[in-house]
Amino acid sequence: MILNYSQPLEISNLSAWLDTTLRSNLSEFWTLLIEFVLVGVLLLAAYAVIALVLIYVERKITAFFQARFGPNRVGQYGLLQSLADMIKILLKEIIHINKVDKFLFYAAPFFMVGASMMTFGAIAFGKGLQAVDFNIGVLYVTAVSSLGIIGVLLAGWSSNNKYSMIGAMRSGAQFVSYELSAGFALMTIVVLSGTMQFSEMIHKQEYCWNIFNGHISSIIAFFIYLISGHAETNRGPFDLPEAESELTAGYHTEYSGLQFGFFYLAEYLNMFIIASIATAVFLGGWMPIQIKGWEAFNQIMNYIPSYVWFFSKTGVLIFFSLWVRWSFPRLRIDQLLNLEWKYLLPINLVNLLVMVILVLTGLTLTDLFPSWF
Amino acid sequence: MSSLSLFLVVLLTGIALVIAGLGMALLLAPTSFNLQKGEPYECGIPTKGTSWMQFKVGYYLYAILYLMFDVEAIFLFPWATIVRELGVQGLYSILFFIIILALGLAYAWKKGVLKWN
Repeated sequence: MILNYSQPLEISNLSAWLDTTLRSNLSEFWTLLIEFVLVGVLLLAAYAVIALVLIYVERKITAFFQARFGPNRVGQYGLLQSLADMIKILLKEIIHINKVDKFLFYAAPFFMVGASMMTFGAIAFGKGLQAVDFNIGVLYVTAVSSLGIIGVLLAGWSSNNKYSMIGAMRSGAQFVSYELSAGFALMTIVVLSGTMQFSEMIHKQEYCWNIFNGHISSIIAFFIYLISGHAETNRGPFDLPEAESELTAGYHTEYSGLQFGFFYLAEYLNMFIIASIATAVFLGGWMPIQIKGWEAFNQIMNYIPSYVWFFSKTGVLIFFSLWVRWSFPRLRIDQLLNLEWKYLLPINLVNLLVMVILVLTGLTLTDLFPSWF
Repeated sequence: MSSLSLFLVVLLTGIALVIAGLGMALLLAPTSFNLQKGEPYECGIPTKGTSWMQFKVGYYLYAILYLMFDVEAIFLFPWATIVRELGVQGLYSILFFIIILALGLAYAWKKGVLKWN
C-alpha cells in the first residue's frame, strides 16, 4: 500500500493559502506590498533568531570541548544568555572616536550586514522557503557574499588604529584568497548538476545527493568548500584577523556597542550561510533522504517537514566547523596563504577538469546506475 | 513576484536592520563625555602618528593574483552550466583557457610572489 499524504506543517501550504487569499481580496499592488513586507519581517526574524541560537549553541559546545559548563546562569541551562547579551549590547554606549574617517567608519556595518543579509535571502530553508531564487543563484551568492570584505576593509582602514589596520589587511588577503577556492568548488558542482539555480539544483538531488553523484570529485570539492568557507568566516585555525592575543579584536577594535554587535552578528550568520550553502549544493538542501522504489520509506521521510531536514543537515556542518575550530592551532599568515595558493587552488583546477571528464564520459552515479537513482 | 524585486526587498531589509538597530541604540544607550574616550585604542600609551600609511606590499600581490582568477571564474561559470551540452569540444576549448591561467599562477609562483617575507 502506498501512503499518500502531504505534510501539514509545510510552510509552502501556508504561503500559497495566504497568497490566494490576498489576491482574491486586494488589488495587485497591495498584495505585493504586503507580501514584500512579510518577506522582509520574516527574514529579519529568522536572521535574529538564528544568530541568537547559534551564539548560544557555539558557547555551549565550545564549553563542552574545553570541559567547562558554558553559560548556565540566565534561564534554564543558560538558554536566555544570548538574549540577555543582545539587550545588554543594545544598551551600551556607541563611543565616537576622534580621529576616525567618520563616513567610512559608520558605513562599514552596513556592508557587513547588507552582504550577509543578501546571501541569507538566497538560502532555501525548505520547500518554497526561499526569498531570492535567481537562475544564477550560485554566482549571485559568491558575488554578494564577497561584498562583506569591503565592510571589513572599510572598518579597518577608517578606524585609524594599527590593530584594526593589520587585522583588516590580513582579513582581506585571507578572504580574497579563499573566495576563489569556494567559487571553484561550487563551480565543480555546477558542472555536475548543469544549473546554477538553487531550487533546481535541490530538485535534481532528489534520489542522489551531489556529494555521492560525483563521487571522488564531489567529495574533494566538498572538503575544499568547507575549508575555504571556514577560512572566509575568519574562524577556527584561520582566525588571524582577530587573533586576540596579537591584535586585540582585529578590524573591529574601535567599534563599540551595537556597531560591534553588527560585526559579531554578521560573522555568526556567515558561518550559518556557509554551512547552508554547502547543504544546498552538496547535501541535497531540504530534500529528505529518499530511495527510488521504496515508496513507503519515501513517504515517511517526506512526512518530516523540509525545514527540519535543512536545519539538521546544516547543524551537522556547523558542528563540524566548531569541532575544527577548537581542534587546530592557529596558522601563520604565510602558511595560510600557501595552503590556498599552493595546494587548494591547483587541486581545485584539476578537480574541475576531472569533474568535466566524469560528466562527459558518464561516470557519475546517476549515469552509471540510472535505475537506482 | 520576480526575484529582482525580492532581491531589493532583501537588500532594504539589511539596511533597515542596521538603521533601526543604531537608532534604537541612540535612544536607549546612555552617553557620557570623557576626554580619553575618543582616543584610539592602544595598550595604555597614546598612539604614535596616524595608521593611514603605506602597508606591506605582499598583501597587494595576492589581491592582484586574486583579480586574475576571479575574472576567470566569471568566464567559467556560464561554461560550467552548459558543459553537458557542449560535450568534448567544450572541454577542449576551456582546457587551453585553464592551462594559460595555470601557467600564470606557475609564473607568479616561480617569480616568488607566493613567498612571504
